[in-house]
Amino acid sequence: MSEQAAPTGNVPPEQEPSTDFVVRLGIAQRAGGLIVPIMTAVLAFLAGGIVVAATGHNPWTAYKGIWAGAGFNWLFHIPWDTNTIHLDAFNLSQTLLTTTTLILTGLAVAFPFRCGLFNIGGQGQYLVGLIVANWVGVSFASWPTAPHVLLGIGAAALAGAVWAGIAGFLKATTGAHEVISTIMLNWIAIWGGQYLFGQGGPLQNTVNPAAPESGTVVPSAHIPVFWGSPVLQGLDYGFFVAIAALVVFWLVLNRTTLGYEVRAVGFNPEAAAYGGIDVRRKYIQAMAISGAFAGLAGALDMLGYLFQFGVLDVQASQIGFLGIAVALLGRNTAIGTGIAAFLFGGLLYGTTRGLNPNVFDPSLAGNLTSMIQGLIVLFVGADIFILYIWNARRKLGLRRRAQAAAT
Amino acid sequence: MTNHAQPYGAPAWALHPKSIALVGSVLGLAAFWSAIPPFTARSPLVPIVIGVLAIAAGLWAVTRGTRRLGFGAIAAGVLGLGLGLLATRSSSANLQVVFRADLVAQVLVFATPLTFGAIGGMVSERSGVVNVGLEGMMLMGAFWGVYGADKGGSWVVGILTALFAGGLFGLLHAYWSVHLRANQIISGMAINFLALGVTGYFFEQLYGNQNIPAGVSSIPNVKIPGIDHMAFIGPAIGDLNLLIWVGIVFVPLSYVVLFKTPVGLRVRACGEHPRAADTVGINVYAVRYAAVVVSGMLAALGGAFLSIGFLGGSFTENMTEGRGFIALAAMIFGNWRPFGAWGAALLFGFSTAIAYRLPVYSSSAATLFQALPYVLTLIAVAGVIGRSVPPAADGQPYVKQ
Repeated sequence: MSEQAAPTGNVPPEQEPSTDFVVRLGIAQRAGGLIVPIMTAVLAFLAGGIVVAATGHNPWTAYKGIWAGAGFNWLFHIPWDTNTIHLDAFNLSQTLLTTTTLILTGLAVAFPFRCGLFNIGGQGQYLVGLIVANWVGVSFASWPTAPHVLLGIGAAALAGAVWAGIAGFLKATTGAHEVISTIMLNWIAIWGGQYLFGQGGPLQNTVNPAAPESGTVVPSAHIPVFWGSPVLQGLDYGFFVAIAALVVFWLVLNRTTLGYEVRAVGFNPEAAAYGGIDVRRKYIQAMAISGAFAGLAGALDMLGYLFQFGVLDVQASQIGFLGIAVALLGRNTAIGTGIAAFLFGGLLYGTTRGLNPNVFDPSLAGNLTSMIQGLIVLFVGADIFILYIWNARRKLGLRRRAQAAAT
Repeated sequence: MTNHAQPYGAPAWALHPKSIALVGSVLGLAAFWSAIPPFTARSPLVPIVIGVLAIAAGLWAVTRGTRRLGFGAIAAGVLGLGLGLLATRSSSANLQVVFRADLVAQVLVFATPLTFGAIGGMVSERSGVVNVGLEGMMLMGAFWGVYGADKGGSWVVGILTALFAGGLFGLLHAYWSVHLRANQIISGMAINFLALGVTGYFFEQLYGNQNIPAGVSSIPNVKIPGIDHMAFIGPAIGDLNLLIWVGIVFVPLSYVVLFKTPVGLRVRACGEHPRAADTVGINVYAVRYAAVVVSGMLAALGGAFLSIGFLGGSFTENMTEGRGFIALAAMIFGNWRPFGAWGAALLFGFSTAIAYRLPVYSSSAATLFQALPYVLTLIAVAGVIGRSVPPAADGQPYVKQ
């Protein structure tokens, strides 16, 4: 503290040093909420760019290719330039499809985090939701669209809630660490999914017994598309469900008794228990709500555009794990998670199917996404490190200003 | 527990509930063992009798206060009885396919990466740093191991590069956990994502879409003269990979180092009560740094076994496929102890090996069987059969005063 206060002694005497210092500290603390994530993302992209440059590619063209692949150009388009707008619009709609999933898997990590729990099981809860949604979507073929879709979404959210609730229940009753139990539940879901969709599995398709794939969701359970063509995987109304989930997350956390209690437990479980909050109950509730978010993500994917899932897809799916990076980068808030999900949605789509292979090799770019994801999680975990860099920069500036004032 | 009556003149240890429970566990195994080759009892009575004996021994031990081992014996008895009954119902031709002598060799092959990972995780967690980044460190070892063996021309170089890569990621995890006092689970997950990206990126960059060239120098097998032509033992342990033996040696070695030497005492002190360790002059930071780096190196050895070990020079993206997490599970299931972790690794290796052979009965059941390690670990952390308890200061950053 005294180090920071020292340079203020050199500023012109008409300013009151103490006020200046207090105000600046306040700004720095409030800005830390914004500066850390922004610096985290910038540093991660810089480090990724260095790797790209070190391996003999041009990072500028690579990132420009990813930007275009994510369809972000559409946002800056001039209306009468119809040359590329069609592809850009399509890419953006795909980015938003990925964003939909990431918002929900991000919220699945963010909600229990506010209760002091780290939910690594988003992938498993997502898969459980996806499987249940597939089962509902393949069955009940005679139902009309609205109840069919609602049933699928509701059942999937419930299944996710139960799956995560197991970890919450174990934490509350036996004290089993939720990180360990959610990791185990992830892998049980992954192998369970491979069993259910695999050859001879109960949910395997009935058309081609040789293909280890699920059945196809009947059209009455498809969520309607509002942007793009339903045949070409357009953007469905599930996007608005995800946006609504962000609002619900904020409302529950900040405007309800449950949210207050959840945050109280997150700050200090002992104090919360002393204040009369049933901490064990909050653990179960927080995990169940989180699982419902992840299960919902699975349902929206299955009924929105996937319609079918195979054993290989179960093995390759990573989107639930990505929710960890989304929530951490978004500082576990509603708005932050939304923005981070959009960023990662663009990154994920822009480095894979959206990317023009002539600009940058998608097989490299896909791994670049994992790398940036890892770096972001790494830097978020060490916000001391980021604040240290930020403070060093600020101190340097102050010293320079002090020198300028002295001369 | 200490002063046991000696009713029939038998030594005290023989009738101690613990030994009875151990006998029960062995009997439980035997119940299953009796029905499979080379014995292949066809009468259902054999596994039933042995299984019931095992359950009885377990019950006897539980009622005399040895809950953990006793419940283990009961579980072994029930499982052995059930599986043994199933085996007597199955055709003996199918049994011959599933239970050949090389099943032992295959169990060891599947258990070895888990053994390295679990012992590595144990070293780190015993010093007080949670390591969920085992998967990533293993993956680093797998890729850089095969890269070193390819470019360096020798598997020795491959092992060295794998150790270096794993140690480097261990150092990263240590810096984050010890120095920056970051959340260790976040840091570990970051290691996993980062390793996935780094290995995938450099695999694509260095090898393009082709695979690792054939004939990369790989870790040799050890043929034991005299044993390798014997009837049952030959195919079982006569011709195993060098790293399998190294892994087996590491189990007692890590036990001795961690539990019988001053160095191990220091490591465990940092994991149980770092302030007390600091007070008596142990450099907590240095110990934790060293432990996490060693942990990364051990995990990387497990990864190298995958890429240049038993398969002989190959790599695919995300090659470890969750083995790091099974290793983590084995460590927890083994209660943060070397022989416990090894036992769990063997059990999980066995379940994987069986899963690869079960398709003669049903391919879907074989898939489901792969989830067994995770279910068992979930039960173990929940404390249904004797609770797994981590070191007291596991996961807590230490701040010097």
